[in-house]
Amino acid sequence: MTRHLVVVGHGMVGQRMVEALTDRDTKAEWRVTVLGEETHSAYDRVALSRYLTDPAAALGLVSEGWYDGGRRTCHLGDPAVAIDRSARTVRTAAGRELTYDALVLATGSKAFVPPVPGADLGGCHVYRTLDDLDRIRAEATSARAAVVVGGGLLGLEAAGGLRDLGVPVHVVEFAPHLMPQQVDAGGGEALRRLVEGLGVRVHAGVGTASLQSDADGRVVSATLTDGTVLDTQLVVFAAGIRARDELARSVGLGVGTRGGVLVDRSCRTEDPAIWAVGECAAVEGSVYGLVAPGYAMAEVVADRLLGGSGELAEPDMSTKLKLLGVEVASFGATQGPLDVVFSDPVAGIYKKLVISDDARTLLGGVLVGDASVYAGLRPLIGRALPATPETLLFGEVSVADDAQVCSCNAVTKKDVVDAITEQGATDVPAIKACTRAGTSCGSCIPMLKSLLDECGVHVSKALCEHFAYSRAELFELVRTSDIRTFSGLIAAHGTGHGCDLCKPAVASILASLGNGYILDGEQAALQDTNDHALANMQRNGTYSVVPRIPGGEITPEKLIVIGEVARDFNLYTKITGGQRIDLFGARLDQLPQIWKRLIDAGFESGQAYGKALRTVKSCVGETWCRYGVQDSVGLAIDLELRYRGLRAPHKIKMAVSGCARECAEARSKDIGVIATENGWNLYVAGNGGFRPRHADLFASDLDTETLLTYVDRILMFYLRTGERLQRTAAWLESLDGGLDYLRSVVCDDVLGIGADLDASMAAHVANYSDEWADTLADPERLARFVPFINAPGVTDTSIEIVYERGQPRPARPGELPLEVLPR
Amino acid sequence: MTASLIAVDWRVACRVSDLLPERGACALFDGAQIALFRLWDDQVYAVGNRDPYTGAHVMARGLVGTRAGRRTVASPLHKQVYDLVTGECLSDQGVPSLPTWPVRVRDGVVEVELQRG
Repeated sequence: MTRHLVVVGHGMVGQRMVEALTDRDTKAEWRVTVLGEETHSAYDRVALSRYLTDPAAALGLVSEGWYDGGRRTCHLGDPAVAIDRSARTVRTAAGRELTYDALVLATGSKAFVPPVPGADLGGCHVYRTLDDLDRIRAEATSARAAVVVGGGLLGLEAAGGLRDLGVPVHVVEFAPHLMPQQVDAGGGEALRRLVEGLGVRVHAGVGTASLQSDADGRVVSATLTDGTVLDTQLVVFAAGIRARDELARSVGLGVGTRGGVLVDRSCRTEDPAIWAVGECAAVEGSVYGLVAPGYAMAEVVADRLLGGSGELAEPDMSTKLKLLGVEVASFGATQGPLDVVFSDPVAGIYKKLVISDDARTLLGGVLVGDASVYAGLRPLIGRALPATPETLLFGEVSVADDAQVCSCNAVTKKDVVDAITEQGATDVPAIKACTRAGTSCGSCIPMLKSLLDECGVHVSKALCEHFAYSRAELFELVRTSDIRTFSGLIAAHGTGHGCDLCKPAVASILASLGNGYILDGEQAALQDTNDHALANMQRNGTYSVVPRIPGGEITPEKLIVIGEVARDFNLYTKITGGQRIDLFGARLDQLPQIWKRLIDAGFESGQAYGKALRTVKSCVGETWCRYGVQDSVGLAIDLELRYRGLRAPHKIKMAVSGCARECAEARSKDIGVIATENGWNLYVAGNGGFRPRHADLFASDLDTETLLTYVDRILMFYLRTGERLQRTAAWLESLDGGLDYLRSVVCDDVLGIGADLDASMAAHVANYSDEWADTLADPERLARFVPFINAPGVTDTSIEIVYERGQPRPARPGELPLEVLPR
Repeated sequence: MTASLIAVDWRVACRVSDLLPERGACALFDGAQIALFRLWDDQVYAVGNRDPYTGAHVMARGLVGTRAGRRTVASPLHKQVYDLVTGECLSDQGVPSLPTWPVRVRDGVVEVELQRG
């Protein structure tokens, strides 16, 4: 039965609430009624100032007919006035009585008017709605000067708008400098200079004491707390906002100490049927006055209404904007253990990077006057500095031609430039091949990249035309936000609707972050064919089936079951390089039947189809082998069960050898373990493949517990920072600082993320569930395994098979297909 | 007579709601396999299910997307990208185009015009 959601408030977040629910509610579980106080459809309040100078500006967020009066209804100019929690009804000003199953308060905020004598005089306005701006515009024509009370983001917006209307403007800010919420004192000072250069007078560190009026009750002047008197006919209050929480208060719901409807991280109030989002909500007591956290809250509630378990992550309060033509940006922490500051009062530029006390991790920054590096820096918050702070602040390097770029291999800048300009190297690997620069410690790789840039070779890590970010950057964006859908991510950080490149990459990120069954909801549409069918597509469109055989250890009974299944479904059978058994030639519609048999016999998915852990190969070890010194099979099984199902940038292979003879070939794996008399040696980043690479020794003589911790952290760090389809070998080579850096992150925890990595892996281990068992348990999921949507029972006859060495294989072009062998 | 022939050439494939948004499915008409795709805006497209590059009948299992504004499907085998509207291969020169068919949705039912198929 359809449930009814009532959204009280039709601002940006209220509208997003309805859109988010509509997007996710694919089964039409909800119908929605929106109650708006203003007579306008939801509009882009962030762009409000545009409307001041251009009343025709199109700020609307709702397209004609979107509210169809059926599943989505919107009543404008009819605010909710009362709630009856026990009856679950809402009454509106016009007398409508609506019954709800869920109620979302999205009432936003109202402008805060400081208690200044005269604040209610004619000519005094707040800066909040289209109607407010209409009044301000009308009066601006006759005003000789205007005073804006408040030098924050909104106040400067208002000042900019008034200036554009040709009115001389004073800005009065109570705090010692402009934009105290976003920038530090240095940034505020730079901003003041720039703003005053544009003709706006700034009065910082003073309050507005009183307003004086003429005989008609209209404002004529403002007196400041330092005694200054400003001639003004127009006063605009932009001194902050107060949450509209009166409805919640009237029905006894808790409010925050500084106002706002008190909600938990799921945005739910103490009444399980009532939620609050946006500026009217106090999430665990905090009110957020930016639209991005409000949107995030709307997404969380939409998820919750459909049975999800989304929670609001720590909101990203980063901002970049252009005020009065001045670029201002702040991201992450604005003050910290170490600050690197550049200030040029003449050019009006102020830049600050906040870095950790070991000078390796970027924590945040402030940019005023020139925010061009913002886009590059913001995704780096919490990550290792990829270059020196100076390089990051200015995005350029200047090194003499004969200066050594790579000291390990004595390569000069000129050598590198020659490789680029004369030998045609267009990326870092090519420079490495030509000059050997960057092939040892890796610390010069950022420099190599800058030199490529300097020579005009642009190395783009953008995923595709829909995302300007690399996979690692997107991973951070998702991990540090509460975005858990592709549509949410592309709306917030991309363009368009995606493609075959970005969809699987994002699907993998979501899966790495523990987003549950990979074929649920919107995630299903993102998965590559292999992940969609939970099997590996082969050249003729059939699939291969690989049950997990941890460590390569298998009982005779299970071997017999595999044999029987292969025989009964006429599957080609082969032992794989990873010590398990591959069954080829299964049609899409046969996969569920095959897996039913395998799961009944105790098997589970081997994820041979996923960019995930494949196998942990092992030799037989000291249990049987006369040379073995440790139980390699036991450890291999433990590793395989620990990391099974872990989605990663690319496939991951592991092996464990029971002694230094290395029969399991562990050094050709992403993670290799070789037993010693004293414990285990851990090797990382090996692979066979197109360009074979022996794994590097990471640590020696580890006990099993430490080994697991190290592998946990290495893998999680790889998941977070690896690029799309980048194996661990290429990843390690691309890490600035290479192996030593990886050790410092994993063993010494220089980034301070060790506990976080550990927790992420613990969550993976705790939440693992077999995808094939999950699929078989749900008829809806099984519905995907039909060959023809209009003929579900018909067999696909396009698949032609011949027999070779007693087993089936795909017919080659022109080969005559033979009759299927009788069972 | 001609008019009625054209009318019956619109063949019912399925309901729009049977197709997952941003995903494909294969329909079978008189032995011919036609891949149907429902995009984010509920537009439905029909192309041949046979991958021109490999000859395998797999296109319905490819990922849809856009390339410079053109709506596309990528072969799940070797990832050639085809225009869903024209059938043209956008990623590799010399790869034959996919055949395409007109599609319409009436009362929530997807119909394919087989006349040109």
